[in-house]
Amino acid sequence: MKIELNINNSIKVYDVEPRLTLLDFIRDEMKLKGTHAGCEHGVCGACTIILNGEAVRSCMVLAVQAVGDEIITIEGINAKEERTGELNVLQDAFCEAHGMQCGYCTPGMVISAEVLLSKNSNPTREEVREAISGNICRCTGYVQIVDAIMLAAERLSGRNRK
Amino acid sequence: MEKSNYNFVSKNRRPVEDKRFVTGHGNFVADIDRPDMLHVAILACHEPSASIDEIDFSAALKMKGVIDVITGKELASATKPLMNGLDTPNVKRYSLAVEQVRYAGEWVCAIVAKSRAIAEDAAEKILLKTTSLKFVLDSEKALLPKSPIVHENHGSNILLEKKFVWGDVFQDFKKSDHQISYNVNWGRNSTVPVETFGVVAEWNAWKNILDVWASIQMPKFSDHIAFVLGLRANQVRVHYDVDVGGSYGVKRGIKHTILASYISRKLHRPIRLIEDRLENMRSGDAHGPERKFDVTMAFDSDGIIHSMKMRALDNAGAYAGRAPFQLGKPIGAIVGPYTISSVEYLALSVTTNKAVQEAVRGFGQAPTNYALETGIDRIANFLKMDRMELRQKNLIKSNQFPYIIPSGSEYDSGDYQTVIKKVFASKNYKELIKERDLLRKNGLMAGIGIASCLEPSGGNSSFEPLLNSKNKTTTWMESCQLNIDASGTVTARIHTTSSGQGHETLVSTIVGEILEIDPDEICIARPNSIESLPGNSPVGSRMAIMLGGAAGKASKKLKEKIIIIAAHKLGFKKSELIYQKGSVFAPDGSSMSWDEIIEFSHRRIDQLPDGMDPGLASFDIMQVPTGGNLPKDDKVHMYPCYSFEFHLVLLSFDPIICKPNIRSYTVGHDCGTVINPSIVSGMTYGGIAHGIGAALLEEFAYDDNGQLMTQSFLDYLIPSSHEVPEIKIIKHSTPSPHTFFGQKGSGESGYLGAPAAISSAINDALSPINISFLSLPIRMSLVSDAIANQNE
Repeated sequence: MKIELNINNSIKVYDVEPRLTLLDFIRDEMKLKGTHAGCEHGVCGACTIILNGEAVRSCMVLAVQAVGDEIITIEGINAKEERTGELNVLQDAFCEAHGMQCGYCTPGMVISAEVLLSKNSNPTREEVREAISGNICRCTGYVQIVDAIMLAAERLSGRNRK
Repeated sequence: MEKSNYNFVSKNRRPVEDKRFVTGHGNFVADIDRPDMLHVAILACHEPSASIDEIDFSAALKMKGVIDVITGKELASATKPLMNGLDTPNVKRYSLAVEQVRYAGEWVCAIVAKSRAIAEDAAEKILLKTTSLKFVLDSEKALLPKSPIVHENHGSNILLEKKFVWGDVFQDFKKSDHQISYNVNWGRNSTVPVETFGVVAEWNAWKNILDVWASIQMPKFSDHIAFVLGLRANQVRVHYDVDVGGSYGVKRGIKHTILASYISRKLHRPIRLIEDRLENMRSGDAHGPERKFDVTMAFDSDGIIHSMKMRALDNAGAYAGRAPFQLGKPIGAIVGPYTISSVEYLALSVTTNKAVQEAVRGFGQAPTNYALETGIDRIANFLKMDRMELRQKNLIKSNQFPYIIPSGSEYDSGDYQTVIKKVFASKNYKELIKERDLLRKNGLMAGIGIASCLEPSGGNSSFEPLLNSKNKTTTWMESCQLNIDASGTVTARIHTTSSGQGHETLVSTIVGEILEIDPDEICIARPNSIESLPGNSPVGSRMAIMLGGAAGKASKKLKEKIIIIAAHKLGFKKSELIYQKGSVFAPDGSSMSWDEIIEFSHRRIDQLPDGMDPGLASFDIMQVPTGGNLPKDDKVHMYPCYSFEFHLVLLSFDPIICKPNIRSYTVGHDCGTVINPSIVSGMTYGGIAHGIGAALLEEFAYDDNGQLMTQSFLDYLIPSSHEVPEIKIIKHSTPSPHTFFGQKGSGESGYLGAPAAISSAINDALSPINISFLSLPIRMSLVSDAIANQNE
């Protein structure tokens, strides 16, 4: 069926199967490969996107359900700089603290952190842990991910200008 | 290399891989689209053991978009069985079940279609007729004479039964004041990466080349594919630039790859097979050890442990996989960090009707460490001696290195006492006991967990000849290639995939260190398997030692050539020259710059010493330090390096719900010289998280009917950010004498001791009410039930 979707601030009409998940649509139709499939049953968070400002698992949403929603994927969170390779403050902090290893859960993790920081510019470590508790990382034990998000919060609020 | 102040080694350099991952621009296997690619879905059989009577896929084939259906019979007629390294020719394993299924979920058919969704729809149309057979799930039962036999032609369920006696076990037992016996069980779990296994295979009929993109972490992967498919190895092109979304040992999808490759050759189309989570959990053949230990320790009243008898019985599952060898690696550290002078070890691996095992982080070492550490705690309890006092009495001392253990391995270096001292300087032991006792006074169950253990590293494979005398493996090399191009920039080639270990960072750091150039200006290339030198992939906690070593040695060769060129031009002896940041300086003040050296080597062969080749390139194929010998008298030296870790945990829970709260977690870690601090600390944090999962949450649990009950993330529980506490790492460095910078392995750190430490903490918490758990995972429901039953 034909639907109009708004992905990364680009509104277009697409012809999709009604049973297609938003995750598969983003990956296979849009060819945006930064959103990853992990469990496809809503637990691991690797497929997390921003839907109307909230962190949402794209494997649990059908593409046809997302009509009228504003969808941002990992490729869209720093859209202006995406092609130049420049990082936003949060992405940069993930690199600084090495808040990842294999990189598979990372886009989902960055998205969850982005949503947290958009709502709470000065989170505690506990609040960060809560915000990423729906994102499984098998590599890091989360410690350096929490470090990265705390660092980003500090830098974004101007408390750390180093 | 004797140098204490490095420019880049041990410095907080940003890992170079990270940028592509934070922006979503990794190159994972599921991201690979090939023109006209077809997709595979799998039909699995739900029975744990059954003969396959009929597979009717005619309706499936008629569906629009369905291209083909492949059965095990077809596959077996065209391919050889998968290899397992053992001498078990009648335990045959193919990608699809042939005539018989041997575990619930085993793959029966592959459906090939234009999309995965169509293939899955078609799978539902296939009629599979089977006859149920008797099955066995328990490893002890599998040993009984009347047990159903998983592979009839093999004659029994025993894949491996080998008894070792190292040292005078008889005398040591006789002279000891006491002995205690205990059983512990390591539950079946695995590393369960967030990315499932996937492969894209594409047969190129014009070049006679099979291209393979896979999320793989497997030694000799392309050789294995070629052997099974009857190709030459130089016809299999495995692309090493695929980012692997976590592995920790298990990403060895050889059965998936053979299947996809076979189909691609048959249909002349690219074939994509990406496991879904159910396939991954149930039938990805990626479970980890499931092990029962019977241990007897002999010791004196003063706490000195003399000898140990250990029987390790591993439930391999339906086919050999790598399971039996995972009983072999722990032989290289069979006494842990302790001075136990003799050991009897019975290694037993049996087939059952469960899913197949693969290599899991530590390759069997974590279960063995858990068995050992449980014994140490129990001896302390028996002697009414403090657990730390007992450990201190038995730990190898820093002046005893190199230390040869009864099974033949030589520990390279260590200073366990200092690591422990540093941990207690950070977390005072007496204060911790007071804190625990205060929690107990306040009505909580509280316990201190302790574990000290080793991480054998350097990835030698000498357990293979030790367990299979027909296997004569004495090298487990790794290689690195360097080139300085005509414009003077440096490219390093590494010959493996990576799954989060930061190999690009490792190699660029080391090449930059030795050539004294900016590591961020070094390009790291990953050629495919045909263009590569030999290597054995990142297994056995080996890449800092082996890839780092090969990169270091190749860099030294380049530096040597540069100095020879300069010596020729400047008219000095090599030994009189000083290399600094790419330029070479002579004692008379003359010098040769990097640009001149590049100019000479690339354009002016007339200026080079006679006989010297043009260009500036080098490579090194590195042998495992201290390796190379076959076993003798059932003993063999295994690993070049031994990292040490000491875990100290305070944990509490209320006696009703029993949800564990890890109140503090401190770990002392010594892996010699650290190449990149944030990579090593990340590994340790992650290993501990993984160990917490193994200790408290994760288990592939089968019901009595042979059905896997934990096959999604809703029931196989992986620690989230709520379950993993803040962890404090106390670092120490005792360099290894055998490696380039003194580095040791760290890829398995944390995981090797965390399960033992958590188990120790829970049992300490329960000790006032005389409850103990000798089986992992210790789920909170089990603890809660045990306390409730006692109160009844």
